[in-house]
Amino acid sequence: MILETLEIDSVELERRTGWQIKPQGACKGERCVPLSSVGEERVDARLLAERLGMPLVHDEPSGLWCLGPEAGGRALVDVQAPDLELPDIHGRAFRLRSLRGSKVLLVAWASW
Amino acid sequence: MWQELYRELGPRGLQIVTVAMDTEGAEAARPWVEAAQPAHPSLVDRAHVVGELFGITNVPSGVWIDESGAIVRPPETAYPRRPNYQDQEVPPNASAADAAAIAEVKKLRTEAEKYVSALRDWVEHGARSRYALAPEEVLRRSRPRPVAEARAAAHFELGQHLHRLGRAEDAVRHFREAYRLQPENWTYKRQAWNLLGPDQTPLAVYGGDWLTDVREIGAENYYPPLEM
Repeated sequence: MILETLEIDSVELERRTGWQIKPQGACKGERCVPLSSVGEERVDARLLAERLGMPLVHDEPSGLWCLGPEAGGRALVDVQAPDLELPDIHGRAFRLRSLRGSKVLLVAWASW
Repeated sequence: MWQELYRELGPRGLQIVTVAMDTEGAEAARPWVEAAQPAHPSLVDRAHVVGELFGITNVPSGVWIDESGAIVRPPETAYPRRPNYQDQEVPPNASAADAAAIAEVKKLRTEAEKYVSALRDWVEHGARSRYALAPEEVLRRSRPRPVAEARAAAHFELGQHLHRLGRAEDAVRHFREAYRLQPENWTYKRQAWNLLGPDQTPLAVYGGDWLTDVREIGAENYYPPLEM
């Protein structure tokens, strides 16, 4: 996720990465990783990067940072599908979760 | 492309959602979506979020999700039918490079029939279908993410963001780094090539292009065989 500062908003973190900040630490599915400062609205990106094994890449000219996905495991750590929310071509938001109760084929394609 | 299959399988309980992985957003995807007039949701993913979340490195890729929201097949090549581009003739006025690319495209392993018959089986039999995988198998088949690939994802995301901010040169530095760290990720490469200006070539800027890179790995390896 793109960061302008090294303080991450926990709501944004969950929306983008699926990692939730709880009293016991950062959690995704069954897995929880303790953080030293807990239950806060803002989390230190360096701490999170270190604890979760996420790369933190800096772009000097723009001053921006990017927190990448956790390394070391696999792309899927839990079979529960991420709660994806994306716009359609008219800009209307769509949540994958709204299809709960049906079988879903999700197809990624591209114009290029 | 999926509309026809949706017409067949929608009434039997399958929802289809297509996601366009396009840094340039709806503008890039719109001509295709308007031509297809899909009745199913057709979404736009400007940051390639699905690529990172599910571990997708080439398109088209399909993921099966059951009624409870559990993934029962991780990303794999997904064609609803044999793509037209594999049956195209080489136009008489085609350049040598275009003719060569068409020849390579004909060799790609697209396996539409195999994919669609498995999909029909799942729609009919649900969890009893042999194609619906057990949770540990879903995770095992999902893409490993070593440190280099996690870093590649961060550089690619920065590249896309900087490109959208109009910082094309800075974007290229990060795309190059993503390319170097994970050369087999076709979504990174093809997206980055596509964002170049009219007077730039992928070969000059990134040291590769579709034809060169496909020949290097062998066209038959561009899409890995379906493990059905």
